Amino acid sequence: MEKDTKAFQRVYTKLFQLTKATVSLQAKGIGYDELAIVDGRLAQVVKIMGDMVTLQIFGGTEGIATNAEVIFAGKPPSLKVGDDLAGRFFNAYGDPMEGGEIMGEEREIGGPSVNPVRRKQPSEFIPTGIAGIDLNNALVTGQKIPFFADPDQPFNQVMAMVALRAKADKIILAGMGLTRDDYLYFKNVFDNAGALDRIVGFINTTEEPPVERLLVPDMALTAAEYFAVEKNEKVLVLLTDMTLYSDALSIVSNRMDQIPSKDSMPGSLYSDLARLYEKAVQFPDGGSITIIAVTTLSGGDITHAVPDNTGYITEGQLFLRKDSDVGKVIVDPFRSLSRLKQLVIGKKTREDHPQVMNAAVRLYADAANAKTKQENGFDLTDYDERSLEFARGYSEKLLAIDVNIDTDAMLETAYDLFNKHFKPEEVGIRQEFVDKYWKRN
Amino acid sequence: MNTIGKVSGIIANLVIVETEGTTAQNEICFIKHGDTRLMAEVIKVVGNKSYIQVFESTRGLKVGTEVEFMGHMLEVTLGPGILSKNYDGLQNDLHKMEGVFLKRGQYTEAIDVDKKYEYKVLAKEGDQVVAGSWLAEVKENWMPHKIMVPFTFKGEYTVKSIKGDGEYAPKEVIAVLTDQEGKEHKVTMVQRWPVKVPIRAYTDKPRPFKILETGIRVMDTLNPIAEGGTGFIPGPFGSGKTVLQHNLSKNAEADLVIIAACGERANEVVEVFTEFPELDDPRTGRKLMERTTIIANTSNMPVAAREASVYTAMTIAEYYRAMGLKILLLADSTSRWAQALREMSNRMEELPGPDGFPMDLSAIIANFYARAGFVYLPDGDTGSITFIGTVSPAGGNLKEPVTESTKKVARCFYALSQDRADSKRYPAIDPIDSYSKYLEYPEIAEYLNKTIDENWTSSVFKAKDILLRGKEAYEQINILGDDGVPLDYHIRYWKSELIDFVILQQDAFDKIDASSSLDRQYFMLHRTLGITEREFHFDSFEEIGPYFKRVINALKQMNYSNYESDEFHKNQKELDKILGEQEEAKSEEESVEA
Repeated sequence: MEKDTKAFQRVYTKLFQLTKATVSLQAKGIGYDELAIVDGRLAQVVKIMGDMVTLQIFGGTEGIATNAEVIFAGKPPSLKVGDDLAGRFFNAYGDPMEGGEIMGEEREIGGPSVNPVRRKQPSEFIPTGIAGIDLNNALVTGQKIPFFADPDQPFNQVMAMVALRAKADKIILAGMGLTRDDYLYFKNVFDNAGALDRIVGFINTTEEPPVERLLVPDMALTAAEYFAVEKNEKVLVLLTDMTLYSDALSIVSNRMDQIPSKDSMPGSLYSDLARLYEKAVQFPDGGSITIIAVTTLSGGDITHAVPDNTGYITEGQLFLRKDSDVGKVIVDPFRSLSRLKQLVIGKKTREDHPQVMNAAVRLYADAANAKTKQENGFDLTDYDERSLEFARGYSEKLLAIDVNIDTDAMLETAYDLFNKHFKPEEVGIRQEFVDKYWKRN
Repeated sequence: MNTIGKVSGIIANLVIVETEGTTAQNEICFIKHGDTRLMAEVIKVVGNKSYIQVFESTRGLKVGTEVEFMGHMLEVTLGPGILSKNYDGLQNDLHKMEGVFLKRGQYTEAIDVDKKYEYKVLAKEGDQVVAGSWLAEVKENWMPHKIMVPFTFKGEYTVKSIKGDGEYAPKEVIAVLTDQEGKEHKVTMVQRWPVKVPIRAYTDKPRPFKILETGIRVMDTLNPIAEGGTGFIPGPFGSGKTVLQHNLSKNAEADLVIIAACGERANEVVEVFTEFPELDDPRTGRKLMERTTIIANTSNMPVAAREASVYTAMTIAEYYRAMGLKILLLADSTSRWAQALREMSNRMEELPGPDGFPMDLSAIIANFYARAGFVYLPDGDTGSITFIGTVSPAGGNLKEPVTESTKKVARCFYALSQDRADSKRYPAIDPIDSYSKYLEYPEIAEYLNKTIDENWTSSVFKAKDILLRGKEAYEQINILGDDGVPLDYHIRYWKSELIDFVILQQDAFDKIDASSSLDRQYFMLHRTLGITEREFHFDSFEEIGPYFKRVINALKQMNYSNYESDEFHKNQKELDKILGEQEEAKSEEESVEA
């Protein structure tokens, strides 16, 4: 971080208090949320009591002496926005990782929210080619949805795939606590796909101090707002991993002696997360911000404060699970949900989409019951056997994350599977659609 | 002369102000930040320091900034023009705000002060009036809107003069009243009232004695809510809370619906904004939005204003109740309101209660629910606020402070069950865990038995019993296997499924099934209970499911057709035919035995 000390800025050199994450000093005329540089490290005002100002130092306070130089910036954290952002990667402070300067207008990060009456109802389908998403949990522009996944699942790969196929004008990657390997993976994938000019990355890797992460999503969303509002672009924001972001929140609140609520998370976790996720919006002039996030779970536990609060904020969730019957990672049709799908399926996709989707999931549920029966040693009926067969095909040809076909092909595949294992009356979709689309042999 | 103070400390939206003058708990003040004024509320006073919660972001705020105390609490503006509005938590008209983004320090007029209303006088000179007495009536959309003696007026007044019929704007003086000392008071169509103080312009508040029809069978039939009653809906995410609330606002037999969208998703509010102006009001044939007011404080809007939003909504409801109207007030979600209280309590470094919530959470929730109710007004009319709040329990666990505190005060409990939602049994209200205390009220039982049928309440308890026994049978079947239990268990289970599919489940998206009238509910319950009282004869358990599925299908088709229509009767004949098969089987059996 370069120091651009201006003539009127006062330099302070006497710290009153030092903790692991904060320093306090006497200073006058300081604004709340204002940035400062403490011994070359970026810090932000988190508390003012009379003339005692407390600064949170993003990089930690290791080695800072009581006579460290403190310079106040006179402004809150900001990002320079412009077309120059495209194709580049930045650190948590919005400085280009490869060095150099950004030409553009300076914007405060974490700006105001959109007036709810000015929002438009999301209505544009985002095809991803993955049937577990497009067929069962269609995504819509302006939506916010996380992957709920255990750390060993390939969520970053799936997310990169979704991002590249989503036909977004810009993809903004916010990496929080990303391993360096994963960061390089994203970079390579985007590079190989020739998509780097559509990418903007804000990256905090595990090599960097965790508290820095707190700036990353705000940086990414400020860039997203620039492209969506000013350029009317369709912007896709990838937030990975929001559990690590929340961990950073809890570290800060702990160091500020706040009383923790559930799972040692700060009491304001819901508002903190909602502030970010609610940046997802469909603007009236065509621009949109869609957020796809990752919330890692521990042992699939969705009652933990982070996934639980997230579930109340986001418009559904996508669950990844390894299906041992077919040996592939699938998008779990039972636990996944896209709350906005009914705005597009059967409207922007083929008319029979909702019925086919429901019928297939219902049959898959029958298979799950048959499986329980089998495991408990009860006899299986012919229908049970057939639904188990169907489930295997459904899992392999539609739910698996390596599927890449368009929605019409997904519907055809579903009919093929129905036809192979069931009679139309067992599938129970409207006769009109059976006549029109079900090709019987 | 207003008290002036200076900012001396800032921690997020908690600001400490030093002042020489008087300040009061809950007093409103404005911080002069640059060329904007940020609204805030006093939440604690220690010595010459007032702790205020700011309703906006405090970014850039500096120590030493001037603060002006207004001498009153957080107030709302009450007058014609509130209906169809979309407000934020502080009653700013969201449509009047400029730009796509909400600007800090932007406050707008809550009602349209320039609009002229068609006005009809109700009182005459010389009338003795009290706070809440009706002076005149204007047309707001199509609803008659009463102009009342301001609620702040204490004691008796005499109407000295009052304007005759005509067209007037809200802020014109329409009447002059004299108090007992002979002092004159001017009255306009507009008054202001502090949101945290209940409006008590009524003569009596009896126990609720009639039910509020919602058109939702699982509520009206099994666990009815009283007019003026309270209820709450806890449910994990994805269990259909939002659809249920929307359906309630569309079909409940209320004159007005007030929705407090408190700390929830913005896109859900957008759905209401987009759909309600288009939706036909099934009760009046007009648009639903004409009798709806929305207080939207979505999860990304400032937290302190979220806390205010539920009070704003309740005060508006109380205002309309005083006009003799039936109000349905929905708050989604009260957990977000409680979280706002927690965030503030945390910043004030108060000793926390369970899960970090403030110790007085229970009391705050109880006081709020107590503002609902059925009332008798000074002129003998009646009005009511029926309040239903949702709760979003963390991790779906009902043993958390907000759910527990609410359970103590709300009289109806509609438990949304994840299992029912997963198996698409909507509305996912669990029939066994849910309850309505009103069913135990003798006055409600009397009302139901008088208006619906003399045996109504006993039929309802019978249906509940069948559901419970069906559940027990199902558990036995699951443990012992289909052929490990007597046939009777299967029959018992399917009888409960019959009630589940025909009475409990209801298609909120079907034009006809979305709402069911009380006489229709009576007919369907009796028809269904009649079937459960029959004896059935089957040779094996495999016959039972398919047979009952046909019975269920015939009854469901009845639900999907217009009541008493040809199609309805046709489906009823189909049902009789299916039931007839059993009679034949039975007589065959008997003849063989003979």
